[in-house]
Amino acid sequence: MAVLSILTYPDARLQRKAEAVQVFDDELQKFIGDLTETMYAGPGGVGIAAPQVDRHQRIVIVDVRPKLGEDCHGLMVLINPELMAWEGMAVGREGCMSVPDFTGNVIRAERIQVQAQDVLGRERSYECEGFEARAVQHEMDHLDGFLFLDRLVSRKTDLFRRKNYQKSQ
Amino acid sequence: MSQALLTVIGEDRPGIVAAVTQALFTADCSIGDASMMRLGGYFTIMQVIDYSRDLGSVEMALDPAIKRLNLRVHLDPISSVAVAADLPNTRVTVYGADHPGIVAGVTGALAAIGFNVIDLESESSGSAERPLYVMVIQGYAPDGIESVRKAVLPLREKEGVEVGVHPIEAAVF
Repeated sequence: MAVLSILTYPDARLQRKAEAVQVFDDELQKFIGDLTETMYAGPGGVGIAAPQVDRHQRIVIVDVRPKLGEDCHGLMVLINPELMAWEGMAVGREGCMSVPDFTGNVIRAERIQVQAQDVLGRERSYECEGFEARAVQHEMDHLDGFLFLDRLVSRKTDLFRRKNYQKSQ
Repeated sequence: MSQALLTVIGEDRPGIVAAVTQALFTADCSIGDASMMRLGGYFTIMQVIDYSRDLGSVEMALDPAIKRLNLRVHLDPISSVAVAADLPNTRVTVYGADHPGIVAGVTGALAAIGFNVIDLESESSGSAERPLYVMVIQGYAPDGIESVRKAVLPLREKEGVEVGVHPIEAAVF
């Protein structure tokens, strides 16, 4: 196992769209091990996506136990993840290992259902909410080349401002 | 490099930010923290600038924009104090029928527990007959969020406003 080095913004490689994993072999398992170790070594230590270590495949790892204890799914290895359903919206402040020294408010779904493959290629489905759902959405964004910077919202939109809503035609 | 705090006020119209920042750019200034927003019918800018020449040349560079857009401008040299390290950990939201004393009541209660206001935005809205006041405060509560709840929730009754206290947790992923 090894701690891999993290790409940091403005590295253009962070904006590449990642490709689906096709081969579930020993090399993939070893990489997942390294990626997991890299995640735990990071400042947040609760999530990582393969593109952050310059491997442009659709692989996300989330483990929010450092934050929530056992009240979560524990270690989730999400390969080729798809968001199947979502509901609710919440504003939360996010930072990212790939964007040092900056945090910003981002709107995410409160509850999500994610379908993915595990390290052996087996289909898995997870329902996540709150902090765990936010972590999964943040990491899945990396697979499409998005950083939380792409989703920043103004502080003013934290509050419902009806008078700015457009009237429907 | 020296630092100054630049304040600009003018009747809101398109082009104020462009004119001011273009002038600063030509005067070799760089812009740091900035707040630019419309307040009432006025557009306001407050920003920290780094300037390499003297403040007089900054004023001179701004002069055409000031005249053309009828702006009021103020430049205060500031010593480069270190950026405060306390990050906001609490958000207080207040809304209710507008009446004098809401801000004083809420911020007085916050000051009493050592709460440092880092960002306060508020807005009077609603109709003339039913004015509504909305305020969002972000700041640092040294004794944690419970101390804030204890301090400001009693104002719901006293001021007749809705008060919410929420944690701000920056999650690093």
